[in-house]
Order: sequence, then structure tokens, then C-alpha cells
Amino acid sequence: MSNLHIDFDLYPDEASLIQGLKKGDRHACACMLKKYAPRVYAIAIRMMRDQDEAEEVLQETFISACQHIQKFEGRSALGTWLHRIATNAALMRLRKQKNKKEVSLDAPLETFDGDDIPRQIEDWTYFPADLSLNSELRDVLEQAIRQLPDSLRTVFTLREIEGYNTAETAAMLNISVSAAKVRLHRARLQLRETLTPYFSERTGGQS
Amino acid sequence: MTTLHTHTASSDCQHLLSQLNDYADGELSAQLCQELEAHLAHCENCSIVLDTLHKTIYLVRHLNSTPPPHIPLSVENRLFAILDLQDFLDQGSD
Repeated sequence: MSNLHIDFDLYPDEASLIQGLKKGDRHACACMLKKYAPRVYAIAIRMMRDQDEAEEVLQETFISACQHIQKFEGRSALGTWLHRIATNAALMRLRKQKNKKEVSLDAPLETFDGDDIPRQIEDWTYFPADLSLNSELRDVLEQAIRQLPDSLRTVFTLREIEGYNTAETAAMLNISVSAAKVRLHRARLQLRETLTPYFSERTGGQS
Repeated sequence: MTTLHTHTASSDCQHLLSQLNDYADGELSAQLCQELEAHLAHCENCSIVLDTLHKTIYLVRHLNSTPPPHIPLSVENRLFAILDLQDFLDQGSD
């Protein structure tokens, strides 16, 4: 069997790609996978913290997208639509993980308490001007996000990385808006705590 | 070598730190903003927390604007296979 070359020029814009997908064009489907799978996989990894689970989410996302492409009305960008499918698939899987340790994703209202008090007070004197070149920093940040407990990481990922607003985030997680706000606040503070040693250790001369 | 200090927050700090998120997002009421800024003017610890919180948010938003790392080849292969598209792999892959 000879391999087919994926030709992105066949679909020069999103409208033509969607048209191809709705016609059931396999080439369009291959283009969609090639273009969007890395970002969807990154979302899945962040949400699930497990490569096998993330791969399941990735596959479910594109199977679902292919099955439901006729219903896609183009109100959002194709990428946004895929991200939402992936996010929902990940949340469903997280909900099924009953044996997980922490607070339920649907836990009731939370309030600010002593856990929110920052413990490390140190200026980040090492802060690179050109972040685009720093893959090490990207890894450090991804790792810090993965360390967040499920209840905080899901809110943080939806709100801060996927760009949903607080009300949308709360609705997707079946929690109140105020609980979503508290969790986002905690997640940011926890990330700050995790990252502080990385940035302050470099004040001693490392770069 | 730098030393990490432990933040022994006063009740003022504790109350105002709970507002930092809204402040960082520009969602805090004018009155609370004033209150927070007055506190920040004389509380070095809270100023550092706010500054590093801003940097944390900035980093995360930057992360989101950069392209994700490549998907592992084996993961991509299985994805194409499950959608019966494996004949598009090889030349189209890395």
C-alpha cells in the first residue's frame, strides 16, 4: 500500500477544510488530525496527567468530531470546537475516577482559608526576557501545573489555558461561580509557590 | 545564595490576599482596589506576592501562546489507525 502525502494546500482555509470534512473526505480528516492533534493532546495531558488516559481522550475527541462534524455550525473556530470536545471527554474521565484522593470535581462552595497564605516570599530576580526560546521553562511550568490537585487543575486549565470565562468554567464543572473563583485563586497561588524556588535559586548566578 | 522567607501574614494581609486574584484580573471594585493599594504601599511581602503572582499569570498565558510540543509519533500513528487513515502516515509525518 503506497502512502499518501498530506497536502495542506488542498484546504487553504478553515472553511474549505470544514467543507471537506462534512463531505467525508478522508484527506480533510487527515489534515485536521495533523493540524489539531498536538494541541488537543497537550490539553489531554494537562487534564489527565497520564499518557494512556490522555491518548484515550485524544482518540475520543477525533472520533467524536468525525461523527458529529455535520452538526458543527461554525459558530466557533474548528480548533475551539475540538478543544471543547476534548475538555468534556477529559472531565468525564476524571469524574469516573472515583478512587482518586482529593476533593470531588463537583465539591460544594469553598471559601478562602489559611491554605491560601503564601509561604515563600522571594523576588523572582531571574525572569528571562525572551520566553519563546526557553523550552526548559515550558517544562517547569507544565510540571508545576501537573502537580496541582484535580479540583484546582481542571479549573485552572479551563479558565487560564483554554480561555473559558469563570461562568463557563463553573458550568462545565457543575460548581458555583464563587467556587470556580476560589479554586482559580488557589491554583495560581500554588503555582506561584511551586515556581518560586526555580526563579529565586537563579539569583545566585545561574542563568 | 538567597533565603526563602516564611510569610507570617497579618489578618490584614490575609484578608487582602484573598482579593489578589480579582485585582490581578482587574475585577476588583474601586474601593477594594484603593484599600489593597494602600496596603501594598507599606507591605513589602504582599507586594512581592502580587508581583510574582502577576509573573505566574504572565508565564501561563505565554505558555498558551506557544505551539505545543510535537505529539509522540506512536500516539499519532495509533490515532490515524483508529480513524482508518494510516495510509496518510509516513510522508506526512515527522
